Amino acid sequence: MRVRKRVMGAVAAGCALVVLSGCGAADMTKEASPFANAQGAKTVTLSMQSWVGAQANVAVAKYLLEHELGYRVDTVQVDEVPAWDALSQGRVDAILEDWGHPEQEKRYVEEKKTITNGGDLGVTGHIGWFVPTYFAEQHPDVTDWKNLNKYADELRTPESGGKGQLLDGSPSYVTNDKALVENLDLDFQVVFAGSEAAQITQIKQFAKQQKPFLTYWYEPQWLFEKVPMTEVKLPAYKEGCDADPEKVACAYPHTPLQKYLNTDFAKTGGEAAEFLKNFKWTTEDQNEVSLMIADQKMSAEEAAKKWVEGHESTWKAWLPK
Amino acid sequence: MATASAPVPHTGIAGLIRGLQRRPAVGKLLLLAVVAAVLVPIVHARWASGAWPDALTVDLSGPLGSASEWIIDNRDSHPLFLYFFGHISNAVTLSVRAVYLALLAVGWAGVTAAAGLIAWRVAGVRLALTTAVAFLVCGLLGMWVPTMQTLALMVVAVVASVVLGALLGLAAGLSDRMYRALRPVLDTMQVLPAFAYLLPVVLVFGIGVPAAVLATVVYAAPPMARLTALGLRGADEGVMEAVDSLGATARQRLLTARLPLARKELLLGLNQTIMMALSMAVIASVIGAGGLGDRVYQALASVDVGAALAAGIPIVLLAVVLDRTTGAAGERIGASEPDQGALPGGRGWTAAAAVTVVVALAGRFADRLEWPDAWTVAIAEPVNNAVGWMTDHLYTGVPLVGGTADWAGHFTTWVLDPVRDGLQWLPWWSVLLIVAALAWLIGTWRTALTAVLAMAAIGVLGVWKPSLDTLSQVLAAVAVTLVLGVATGIAAARSARVDRMLRPVLDVFQTMPQFVYLIPVVALFGVGRAPAVAAAVVYALPAVVRITAQGLRQVDPGALESARSLGATSGQQLRQVQLPLARSALLLAVNQGVVLVLAVVIIGGLVGGGALGYDVVFGLAQGDLATGLVAGAAIVCLGLMLDRVTQPTERHAKKGA
Repeated sequence: MRVRKRVMGAVAAGCALVVLSGCGAADMTKEASPFANAQGAKTVTLSMQSWVGAQANVAVAKYLLEHELGYRVDTVQVDEVPAWDALSQGRVDAILEDWGHPEQEKRYVEEKKTITNGGDLGVTGHIGWFVPTYFAEQHPDVTDWKNLNKYADELRTPESGGKGQLLDGSPSYVTNDKALVENLDLDFQVVFAGSEAAQITQIKQFAKQQKPFLTYWYEPQWLFEKVPMTEVKLPAYKEGCDADPEKVACAYPHTPLQKYLNTDFAKTGGEAAEFLKNFKWTTEDQNEVSLMIADQKMSAEEAAKKWVEGHESTWKAWLPK
Repeated sequence: MATASAPVPHTGIAGLIRGLQRRPAVGKLLLLAVVAAVLVPIVHARWASGAWPDALTVDLSGPLGSASEWIIDNRDSHPLFLYFFGHISNAVTLSVRAVYLALLAVGWAGVTAAAGLIAWRVAGVRLALTTAVAFLVCGLLGMWVPTMQTLALMVVAVVASVVLGALLGLAAGLSDRMYRALRPVLDTMQVLPAFAYLLPVVLVFGIGVPAAVLATVVYAAPPMARLTALGLRGADEGVMEAVDSLGATARQRLLTARLPLARKELLLGLNQTIMMALSMAVIASVIGAGGLGDRVYQALASVDVGAALAAGIPIVLLAVVLDRTTGAAGERIGASEPDQGALPGGRGWTAAAAVTVVVALAGRFADRLEWPDAWTVAIAEPVNNAVGWMTDHLYTGVPLVGGTADWAGHFTTWVLDPVRDGLQWLPWWSVLLIVAALAWLIGTWRTALTAVLAMAAIGVLGVWKPSLDTLSQVLAAVAVTLVLGVATGIAAARSARVDRMLRPVLDVFQTMPQFVYLIPVVALFGVGRAPAVAAAVVYALPAVVRITAQGLRQVDPGALESARSLGATSGQQLRQVQLPLARSALLLAVNQGVVLVLAVVIIGGLVGGGALGYDVVFGLAQGDLATGLVAGAAIVCLGLMLDRVTQPTERHAKKGA
């Protein structure tokens, strides 16, 4: 009995210690990464999304911040929606490539004002359905969605069962494909690869065998340089046609990709914040770096270095005056 | 056989009961059949459908959605967050940061020296060298900083797990009531896949290190608690009585007798906690743990197996070193030899500390705290080339055997599809009946009841179909794992050389983060359920091989000897003596296999496994708690069900052996 009392006592003392050690409020939404600012360096934390284009942005920004402005850059890999959350809490200072998240924009940018728009990235993104060009050349009519059912048989895989396979990617990406297949009455089964890595690996394997496939994909993307693909035309996009996710029956829009900064960082981040606001490049630039990273398997840092050496005039304009 | 061996048939009910007592399995089945005969027509008349009836589901998406909204809106203002979670989060961040800065301040030379010297004190010279080499390899691979980040996170998580686990274990070890209350909870927590823990923590703490540390603690504390309780309860009665008769107080009894007697279990608990924390450190990179896990995860995103391996090897090395060191400490205590060697006891530790300080200071003055960039070896490219060659040549069209993609296709069409469709075609009540029958035959009515309730909960949550899809993958993977694992285990048990060759391979596969082999698996088997199954087999195989080999080796030599003297061939010995005698070990192998396979089939959501795994990944990726949490809960139920169905009770195991 006495033992239990003592144990209880110890537990109570422990709790009391925890409570006493931090009298007052602790706002965990204003808490930086424990690995930030080690050894007195000025640190910027960038959100590194999983796709390679975003890694290219981060690689170049990181290289310039470190070598031109003397910052230390930490990167954190988080999925898109959680990244908004992290950005709002200041665990991440900036997202360099956002494909449009209306719900989060409303909550964080307009209502809570914890996130500030950092301007255009300069790259326009587009999601669509693609077939490999070698297949489209043999069968030119496959590029219209109305003819897709004709090819369902050829696009079958063990995983899609009796239907044609529409390969989808990471669960974090914006997709209406299930609804599209349903609403356009297509004899296809959406197969979720579960991650972009798995999707790319599969596409490359298909291409090596010169097999036909139909996949959800997006531009800009370095893989186009390795596996040329042709877009399948879906019913044209009109403003608001994708408002009801259940009833979507139109193509995906063209989105000018945006940068977002944590509001506190945008105000007090000094040179780093100004640099990130100025950061703006083209699709070709981004693809050049992406290809070096993903295909030539250069490290992100080497790729960024190579690009920076060749494009001085572009990045000089980003540096704070 | 059964009828021939039965004595003169009894007549009447008494005879029937006596017959049933002799064959409890038949009795259980009969009883179950009676219950089914009564219930099924009623149930079927009300809810006649193949899948779980909609009328019996509860839709949680509304409440879960609003809960998550509430948390996001109130996270920076509500007192619960400001005065409770905020402090926890703060404390975690501060401690991780403190450890990380300390590690950086000591520098690579200092850390390596310290690790090597600790290993020397605890486990001897050989392990000390291994440890030092392991740390140097981490640096050589260019992974020094991420390794330190992971180490910092691990130190905090392990200390917290050990403290929490020891406190819970102390309570359960000293109080019977606590023990009864905690044991089923702890047993269950140990079989749950790590993935299921991520979402609830993220919900409260958001993405980042605090969430990662807390998820790790929840995952890693149960073994410590369990083993502490076991150790305290297993104290030798005689010793306790002797201590009592000396008039010791309760506190003295605990400190001088019970705890020292439980040292071995305590160290085993520490060992298991460390290993589980390390495996979680990788999975937790999905919620922003940083460090090595994050490097693996990032490499996965750019389909870079080589880079993933470069970050995976340090994890394997850390695991092996920590495992061996704590294991050696446990053995040493077991042997209870006094310290021999040149520097006994305290002096040895003093020397070790002094050397560490000197090395750290030397590093500081030489300005060599950071690992020099020039000293790194790039392994990514050769590895990628090797993997590329392998996938090019094995993918399809290999003469005679066909390519891996063809196998995967056949496996999907001929095994996975029929099993899934079969399970989904079965009326829901018959699935429950099968679960009940299996669990009851192998275990007791308690395990059967838990299993059935868990399965029913899946239906109530409204994820019946995807759960059965996941279940079909688990069943297929377990079947493959058992065939391969038992065969390899037999080979390892019969030949010492095979065993020696296998051991390092098993070590590597058991500790290698699953993220590392997900991509080669996709390259070989394509996207879909087949690669998920393949990854699960790779992960679960080592444990099954080990348990099988151990079970076979422990078979009474006397029994083998007598079989041999009767002229049994080696095959007959195996079939008729070794395998039957190792039955309980084989059952354990099945149980472990099922639990491990489930953990990876879930991760298979990342490579097209679909079903529950995809839902969890989707929930994490989209911040969609309704989908993610429900799928997580379903995984928990599935894990519970599978564990209970394959869990032989101790009583039963004794009978079988």
